[in-house]
Amino acid sequence: MTPPPTQPVPAPADAPQATVPRLATDALTAWYGTSSGVRDVTLAFRENTVTALIGPSGCGKSTLLRSLNRMHELVPGTRVTGRVLLDGYDIYEPGINPIQVRRRIGMVFQRPTPFPTMSIAENVAAGLAVGPRLSRADRAGIVEQALKRAALWDEVKDRLRESPLNLSGGQQQRLCVARTVAPEPEVILLDEPTASLDPSGAAHIEELVQELKREFTVVIVTHNLQQAGRVSDLTAFFYLGELVEVGPTTRIFTAPLKPQTEAYITGRFG
Amino acid sequence: MRGRTARRLVGSAMTGVTYGAAALAILPLAAILGMLILKGAGSVDWNFFTKSAVPVGEPGGGFAHAIVGTLIIVGLACAVGVPIGVATGIFLAEFGGGRFGFTIRFVADVLNGVPSIVIGIFAWTWLVKPMGHFSALAGGCALAVILVPILARTTEEMVRLVPNSLREAALALGYPRWRTSLQVVARTAGAGIVTGCLVAVARVAGETAPLLFTALGNEFFSTRLLGPMAALPLQVYVYAVGPYDEWHRQAWAGALVLIVLVLALSLVARAVVRAKRQHA
Ligand SMILES: Nc1ncnc2c1ncn2[C@@H]1O[C@H](COP(=O)(O)OP(=O)(O)OP(=O)(O)O)[C@@H](O)[C@H]1O
Ligand SMILES: [Mg+2]
Repeated sequence: MTPPPTQPVPAPADAPQATVPRLATDALTAWYGTSSGVRDVTLAFRENTVTALIGPSGCGKSTLLRSLNRMHELVPGTRVTGRVLLDGYDIYEPGINPIQVRRRIGMVFQRPTPFPTMSIAENVAAGLAVGPRLSRADRAGIVEQALKRAALWDEVKDRLRESPLNLSGGQQQRLCVARTVAPEPEVILLDEPTASLDPSGAAHIEELVQELKREFTVVIVTHNLQQAGRVSDLTAFFYLGELVEVGPTTRIFTAPLKPQTEAYITGRFG
Repeated sequence: MRGRTARRLVGSAMTGVTYGAAALAILPLAAILGMLILKGAGSVDWNFFTKSAVPVGEPGGGFAHAIVGTLIIVGLACAVGVPIGVATGIFLAEFGGGRFGFTIRFVADVLNGVPSIVIGIFAWTWLVKPMGHFSALAGGCALAVILVPILARTTEEMVRLVPNSLREAALALGYPRWRTSLQVVARTAGAGIVTGCLVAVARVAGETAPLLFTALGNEFFSTRLLGPMAALPLQVYVYAVGPYDEWHRQAWAGALVLIVLVLALSLVARAVVRAKRQHA
């Protein structure tokens, strides 16, 4: 089949760049025992770019995401082959501490996971506890900053000492975003962050993703194609554990190169 | 039509049976409490809590030495047993998947089933004999041996209830595994663990057999950890089998105080759970 005529695309992330991408995978395969969740993925995630991972359920989006910050290996019996390069260095190199990797690559999950025994402020500061020592004032400043970045500050500034369980689901999810950004990671991974939220909560998170892009490299898994269209610059489509195609979001949605991609985005399966 | 009537009949009959069974289960507790109050409440007065035993024939006297002794011995048991039991429970829940964890769990279950008098003999052989004398310390250790497996298993249950998503959230923040277990998982299970401690303490506070071989009992007020010490269940035992009416009355009163203590602990444990639920 002939590729559709290529149109000039404004997204800067598509243009070949000389710089090393912030995060990249190289022939990455993530295994569950002897079966693989996702196979032979080579993909680059650039700075100040939102990359959306889409594809039908079970195609390996979460598996790939969890391989990017070495969370995959926490499941017993799993392993990873290939490379994941953070600023050009392989995070799976022997001798690399996965804990350090996770401090540089933060993650937000599908369901909000506030720590129930900690207050709102303590939740945001949780990731700082494992970093260098901070004065009380510095920590309070970082907490405030993180909550502002997560667009939650105005709603919680008078109840920082209260339990996070009194917050709505959407607020809890923004709290989790604040917790993730507080230690200043370089990359933020979001695995279906709006799947458990109502439309207004989801809209909040989408706006937030746009903000996060200014400072971080963002990778988001979503089942919601409209959402991928709204928030992402690049979209990668996965099918049955393989990367089918990746490109600027507008191109993927208007002129997909592969028939599977077209079938998926036009709703013929998945 | 007849089928339905029959079904209703069977239904009400079964409901009746379950009510009966429940009543039957509560009956002993009610009977024990009633009996204790009837026979013991009269002797529970100020002297009972402030005075120690007096020689036979003298009026007055109380259980102060036994109450303080029980508090000390149970306190010792907690000081030794709670950290070990809770730590073991957290280990079993968080890291106990392998062979070692399986072995520990098995040992804890076996220990849970060992009659407490055997644990008393065991403590006598290993502590009392080498030290050359009975002591509160040995008593505390004997109770701790009973405490640890109970606590390890209840703590394990409580820690297992913590959703895995919280573990992952902490690990994704760059928490080391041990910190995740202690600062996030164990803290989240905190109320449950406290409840487990209270229930376990209530359980050992009434133990008599292991103390016979270790703390021995004492007619006098003593706070010396390395010497024999009185305890409520021991004193109740001695007075109950003694020949004097006054002793019998005081034994009833001692038993009443003991059961109220245990009930109070259980109530506190329930309150902790309820407070936690409202918080969550
Ligand atoms: N713990 C596991 N053990 C074994 N296989 C697993 C495990 N988790 C996922 N898999 C398999 O790996 C493949 C990819 O799963 P993954 O969860 O990454 O899909 P996904 O694209 O995130 O799906 P969804 O959109 O439903 O979240 C699936 O075939 C799944 O069955
Ligand atoms: Mg998934």
